[in-house]
Amino acid sequence: KWGRHWMCPVKTTLLQPSKAAKMAELGAGSLLTGDPAFNYQEHELNERLKRLYPAVNEEETPLPRSWSPKDKYSYIGLSQNNLRVHYKGHGKNHKDAASVRATHPIPAACGIYYFEVKIVSKGRDGYMGIGLSAQGDNMNRLPGWDKHSYGYHGDDGHSFCSSGTGQPYGPTFTTGDVIGCCVNLINNTCFYTKNGHSLGNKLSALSFCPCLSFQPNLYPTVGLQTPGEIVDANFGQQPFVFDIEDYMSEWRAKIHSMIARFPIGERLGDWQAVLQNMVSSYLVHHGYCATAMTFARATETMIQEDQTSIKNRQRIQKLVLAGRVGEAIDATQQLYPGLLEHDPNLLFMLKCRQFVEMVNGTDSEVRCFSARSPKSQDSYPGSPNLSPRHGATNAHLHNTGADSPTCSNGVTPTNKNKSHNKYTGVSSASASSSPSSSPSSVNYSESNSTDSTKSQPHSATSNQETSDSEMEIEAEHYSNGVTESSTRIMNGTYKHQEILQADDNSVDDSCSSRQLCGGNQAATERMIQFGRELQALSEQLCRQYGKNATHKKMLQDAFSLLAYSDPWNCPVGQQLDPMQREAICSALNSAILESQNLPKQPPLMLALGQATECVQLMAKVRSGSCSFARVDNFLH
Amino acid sequence: MKNAVIGNNRQKANLIVLGAVPRLLYLLQQSSSSLELRTECAVVLGSLSMGTENNIKSLVDCHIIPALLQGLLCSDLIFIEACLRCLRTIFISPVTPVQLLYTDPTVIPHLMSLLSRSQHTQEYITQIFAHCCKTPEHQTVLFNHGAIQNIAPLLISPSYKVRMQALKCFSVLAYENAQVSMTLVNVLVDGEQLSQVFVRMMQRDKPIEMQLTAAKCLTYMCRAGAIRTDDNCIVLKTLPCLVRMCSKERLLEERVEGAETLAYLMEPDIELQRIASVTDHLVSMLADYFKYPSSVSAITDIKRLDHDLKHAHELRQAAFKLYASLGSNDEDIRKKITETENMMDRIVSGLSESSIKVRLAAVRCLHSLSRSVQQLRTSFHDHAVWKPLMKLLQNAPDEVLVMASSTLCNLLLEFSPSKEPILESGVIELLCSLTQSDSPALRVNGIWALMNMAFQADQKVKVEIVQALGTEQLFRLLSDPDTNVLMKTLGLLRNLLSTRPHIDQIMSSHGKQIMQAVTLILEGEHSIEVKEQTLCILANIADGNTAKELIMTNDDMLQKIKYYMGHSNVKLQLAATFCISNLIWNEEDGSQERQDKLREMGFVDILHKLTQASDPNLCDRAKTAMQQYLA
Repeated sequence: KWGRHWMCPVKTTLLQPSKAAKMAELGAGSLLTGDPAFNYQEHELNERLKRLYPAVNEEETPLPRSWSPKDKYSYIGLSQNNLRVHYKGHGKNHKDAASVRATHPIPAACGIYYFEVKIVSKGRDGYMGIGLSAQGDNMNRLPGWDKHSYGYHGDDGHSFCSSGTGQPYGPTFTTGDVIGCCVNLINNTCFYTKNGHSLGNKLSALSFCPCLSFQPNLYPTVGLQTPGEIVDANFGQQPFVFDIEDYMSEWRAKIHSMIARFPIGERLGDWQAVLQNMVSSYLVHHGYCATAMTFARATETMIQEDQTSIKNRQRIQKLVLAGRVGEAIDATQQLYPGLLEHDPNLLFMLKCRQFVEMVNGTDSEVRCFSARSPKSQDSYPGSPNLSPRHGATNAHLHNTGADSPTCSNGVTPTNKNKSHNKYTGVSSASASSSPSSSPSSVNYSESNSTDSTKSQPHSATSNQETSDSEMEIEAEHYSNGVTESSTRIMNGTYKHQEILQADDNSVDDSCSSRQLCGGNQAATERMIQFGRELQALSEQLCRQYGKNATHKKMLQDAFSLLAYSDPWNCPVGQQLDPMQREAICSALNSAILESQNLPKQPPLMLALGQATECVQLMAKVRSGSCSFARVDNFLH
Repeated sequence: MKNAVIGNNRQKANLIVLGAVPRLLYLLQQSSSSLELRTECAVVLGSLSMGTENNIKSLVDCHIIPALLQGLLCSDLIFIEACLRCLRTIFISPVTPVQLLYTDPTVIPHLMSLLSRSQHTQEYITQIFAHCCKTPEHQTVLFNHGAIQNIAPLLISPSYKVRMQALKCFSVLAYENAQVSMTLVNVLVDGEQLSQVFVRMMQRDKPIEMQLTAAKCLTYMCRAGAIRTDDNCIVLKTLPCLVRMCSKERLLEERVEGAETLAYLMEPDIELQRIASVTDHLVSMLADYFKYPSSVSAITDIKRLDHDLKHAHELRQAAFKLYASLGSNDEDIRKKITETENMMDRIVSGLSESSIKVRLAAVRCLHSLSRSVQQLRTSFHDHAVWKPLMKLLQNAPDEVLVMASSTLCNLLLEFSPSKEPILESGVIELLCSLTQSDSPALRVNGIWALMNMAFQADQKVKVEIVQALGTEQLFRLLSDPDTNVLMKTLGLLRNLLSTRPHIDQIMSSHGKQIMQAVTLILEGEHSIEVKEQTLCILANIADGNTAKELIMTNDDMLQKIKYYMGHSNVKLQLAATFCISNLIWNEEDGSQERQDKLREMGFVDILHKLTQASDPNLCDRAKTAMQQYLA
């Protein structure tokens, strides 16, 4: 989610104007006056395909959108954006048959795929075939005649399944009819429709169903055989005549009920223990100490780690999330001696972050120089209630000073939504602030969220206090447990995009008032010095372990901040976003846990990551049910 | 008591035998009893009613219904809900007379007012209504008390049970009721048209029960004329939904209901029949309905076998009904049906099944298929369907007789190869007896079959018909109050009086009565069609050699013909002119005398006038007649 969110403003601010400019240009040129309509259709097509096949990743497996001008027999002519097919051969006999395939095969992740063809003209004899075929099949044939091809023919209403002889299947079709072809990749069958009515796929003496043995990829295909035959395809450009979404809903319901009714049998007790363990370990992992204790008491389960250890980790995490990385490093070295020494990578990452925080003016090493300034008030990191990832954005706002060790409630900053993260870690839906939290405090935190140096009125502190204690957090929060895999779980996207706009504005508004290292000269000097030490550390690591591209990039990015007069509003300014602390915080937390012989990822995240991977794997092995069993369908 | 009887039918029976019910009812009715006590009484009674049918009978005999209905007047919701729950259980039992709900006219309005109290009252009350609305009178009572306005909002209730029972209410209210159906189409639920609410309930991810009941609602609204048959919600939603209900994946009960509803939906509409016949291979899907109990279930599972056996009859009759409806108009569909595996054999064996429902449905199916000339000539003859049909006609109940005799009419058409063997099997007696039935439909079918039989028949057959029917009965039929019967009887007469020798022979034996009957009809108040048919008979008589004289000697009759030649209706003019034309035909004996007599009576002037008629047929006919004089 984080990654996506970051992308959105870029898209809107950069792509939009250029596109608009292009349009204006085209309009003047009068070359493509019909283009807006086409764009509209294109847009509608994209929307419909996204709605019908949400599980399909079009970057890997694009959906068919038109007929392929390359994959057709010479007797086939294409027009109207490659959607209209007409016959231009002699049409003397079946040797003059000609087919065309769509640009792409049907991705298995569709689960159920559907397209329609309207018979514009039946031509001389109406020998038209609509169906599917595999790449490499002879195009000098009608669909259905060859191996791995299936077709429903208009002249006799027969269905052809990889055979020259058809089986009686349905009615004949002719000019004006709309014929649909539906591929069900869950039970590997296919059926046709005529004018919105399913013709069925039940096997019986009279009728024949093509049972697809799906070895190869199948392409939507039409074949024509006599002059004058013209057909138009609808791959989603227009609403379908047949209610395919209704058909899909039946299968979705079927698969969901199959999952819901998965037999547990005797193992009910085991399952409960597993679930409780998952919840408990998750709470412990993120340091929700009090919640974890309460949960353990209620469910009469044990917690592996002792309370002090949890609280220690929690303290360190809070420091990182508050931007006080230097202190976090000290605390780690003190509480877990040897940990960072054995993990120079982590240490380097922490130090890099510390440098960034110095630029930001939040690290204690620079903060001390301006401790008295009202600006630093905001960044005083005393918030007791930081959730490991949620709270990061404006941890500095919740400076109640009450350094309570109990972690009763996570803080939910209102504007964490604009957060971004290069790592593929996942996060929860935005936690809602409780209705009782005063609106003023919410506004306040929104407008100042990313501006740690902006001066704040003192009265705000009390507001924050109330909002801290009253804000609720949804215990749904996924750390980067699945970082290494390519998994990306989106959650609550829409809401965030809406909020994005406001965030953008607030960033713009507050940009001008931010200053390097809080604007303090001594602090800046300290930062420069620290930078040199960091450079030295990098060189030392390089000598010791060889070159490390990641480190180099990290260092470069961090130092690049100094090249801009306004680091917060520069190409690498993203680093300064407090959300960036989360990744390093999580890495440190995992390292500590690992050093204590505890799992570095909570089992809940592992399970989630595995389920997600599994569903993706299903798509790869062409198991269609994956499209209706997506993990995010079950995350609420 | 409550704890003792829960889930234990024997304990329930014991308590009832021991006389617990009157005592419980007494406590329940005492206003001096505490509310808790009264509520507990209602709960125990509710538990007792959950027992066997005998338990319910005992409860009803103790007058539990009025007592509980009285209890509904209390203001306490918990108590009301307990009473309603018990009432619900009693009313949904088949042993309870539904009329008991309507005895006290204040009950229905009170129940309507209780609908707003809670989800439980909504569920119980709608369930009671859904089960107790069995007649048009019940529909009217509920309708008049605002059932539609009160129940419509419940269709979007958060409770599934309430939504479902409300939906069932609408299906029973709308059934064959134009008033309700017309009102329903204009009802809005939360700004949405009711038909759209039903369409949403038919979505394929909804529970089957809900899809099926919503489809029933729309079907009934459509059949009552409130929704057009070409409306998308019928063509693209209701029909496919009902076809899905016929699929093998559905429960046997659902398949029966689905097929019956679908048959009802498309009965009058050929377009729907055509669409259904190609949807999801319905025709072959229905063939599966005959495969119960399946051989597999017999071996593996006794329970399953029992279940299959129970539904086998229902399945078969539903399939026959649906086939009948599918094939009622379209020749191609009939062909498709008869070509379905063993279809004709199944119909033939269906005709002699023990279950009357199956017999009726099978004969309906046969009747529908018998409208096809091709099938009459081929499959009907190949399978000798007339045999079981004739057997069925012997002392069957009226509703079966109507269908069977109607089918027989078609089998007796002159091109039907079955006509001969049927004649030989002595069907005339049977048909004649049908004409004496009290049911107009049977009388029509009987005389219709005779009419078909007499068409271009041998002299022998005609004589047999006249003898078997008897002139007395023939004339009784000519004064039948049912116009259809009258028309078919005239048709029979016309068929009997064709070809000259037959005309003369029949007229020589029955001339007097026939002329009397003709006079009566021409003088009576009858439709143009009847009079035209009668004049045609007269024209046939005029074609006979000797029979002619019966008209020529009857001046009154000639005056009538004259009158009809000047009638304002061209058809009657034409028939009358035809009659005169036959009388004055040149080549026959005594034509000169007849021409002279008719000239004297002024027919030539009329004919002359008619040669100027605007209707070309009439004009031609008059000219031909005039030529007879000129020759």
